[in-house]
Amino acid sequence: MAAESVKLSKNLLRMKFMQRGLDAETKKQLEEDEKRIISDEHWYLDLPELKAKENLIIEEKSLVPCEDLIYGRMSFKGFNPEVEKLMVLLNPKDEKEEEEEDMGCMQTDITDEDMALRYESLVGTMKKKFAKKRERAAMDEDEVNQNVVVKNSKKKAFLKPQD
Amino acid sequence: MFSVLKERVGEILLPGDEFCCGPQDTLPLTDSGKAGRLVAGPGLRRSGDRLLVSRSGVLRHKEPNKFWIESQQRRYVPAKGETVIGIVTTKSGDVFKVDIGGSELASLSFLAFEGATKRNRPNVQVGDLLLAQLVVANKDMEPELVCIDGSGRANGMGVLGTGGLLIKVSLGLVRRLLAPRSDLRADLEQLFPCELTVGMNGRVWVRAGAVQQTLVLANLLQSCDAMTAAQRQQLFRRLQQGAF
Repeated sequence: MAAESVKLSKNLLRMKFMQRGLDAETKKQLEEDEKRIISDEHWYLDLPELKAKENLIIEEKSLVPCEDLIYGRMSFKGFNPEVEKLMVLLNPKDEKEEEEEDMGCMQTDITDEDMALRYESLVGTMKKKFAKKRERAAMDEDEVNQNVVVKNSKKKAFLKPQD
Repeated sequence: MFSVLKERVGEILLPGDEFCCGPQDTLPLTDSGKAGRLVAGPGLRRSGDRLLVSRSGVLRHKEPNKFWIESQQRRYVPAKGETVIGIVTTKSGDVFKVDIGGSELASLSFLAFEGATKRNRPNVQVGDLLLAQLVVANKDMEPELVCIDGSGRANGMGVLGTGGLLIKVSLGLVRRLLAPRSDLRADLEQLFPCELTVGMNGRVWVRAGAVQQTLVLANLLQSCDAMTAAQRQQLFRRLQQGAF
């Protein structure tokens, strides 16, 4: 029951459970103090700092970057399609080849007219899909009526059997 | 030194020739204004400030700063980053020992395959042919191989299939086959459908539709090694007329 607070030893204060209550700043201070104590005891060489010389020559043991060698697997005349795909992927692309590819892409795309035609029919079918049952029935009847009208325009007369 | 080297491009150099970097030498500046570095390829060695030639051959140059010595060789020296064809010799625990034609057997961990886990082991037997990439290759350590790239994809590496033939060629032929614009490859393309896998260690694996075609291809490659371009064209023409 001492009147003043109990004086704790330095070692005790350095223990982990005593450090948890401290702020970050005080912790850093303590660490730095410790480091300073250690570095004073350690021996060091009293030499000027040596700067590593910047090497102007780099050694390269492999021939692949020197001669730009291509990927090792190759397939000719479509013998192995997977390898042909790998060849296209892994070999460095030529500039000329890239241009040709762009032109090729344009040719395989569909023209604007075809696109417009397709959209015309597409809109109709999509509309039908989302229409309610009665509306769909009405739409079908209209189509059928149109067809029937076309057919009935040419009425066939009765042919008398010849004796 | 740079200018001296450039002058001697195309000349034959012998081991022991050296190039010193004099005090007044300046390397050409790169775009960013820093001094450009000289890349010494195979055949050239750096010793302090000097560049030493360690192999006899012709000095070659590639813009902007690569120099190397081109020479004939059949023996492969493992270099990091190259794709090689190896033969599995033993399977010990988690590691395969693979023969790549160098001075030591290379090790290949069984986890270095695409989609391999501890439970899901790759289907590799002793005697299988593999296409793998060297990850560690220097004179002080045992070479190490992997069959996947940095992002974990196989990219064509791994076990090579059945039905093909493995032949041993000189490293010069490998270089000629893999050059960006190669006449030899253009000629081969005209012959018949076939598949070729070239390893940088002088091993080539060939496969074609019929066994006879495979044998023809193998013999062709081995003889092309020692032929001039004209002789090779003649041989190919004769083959095409022979009609396969």
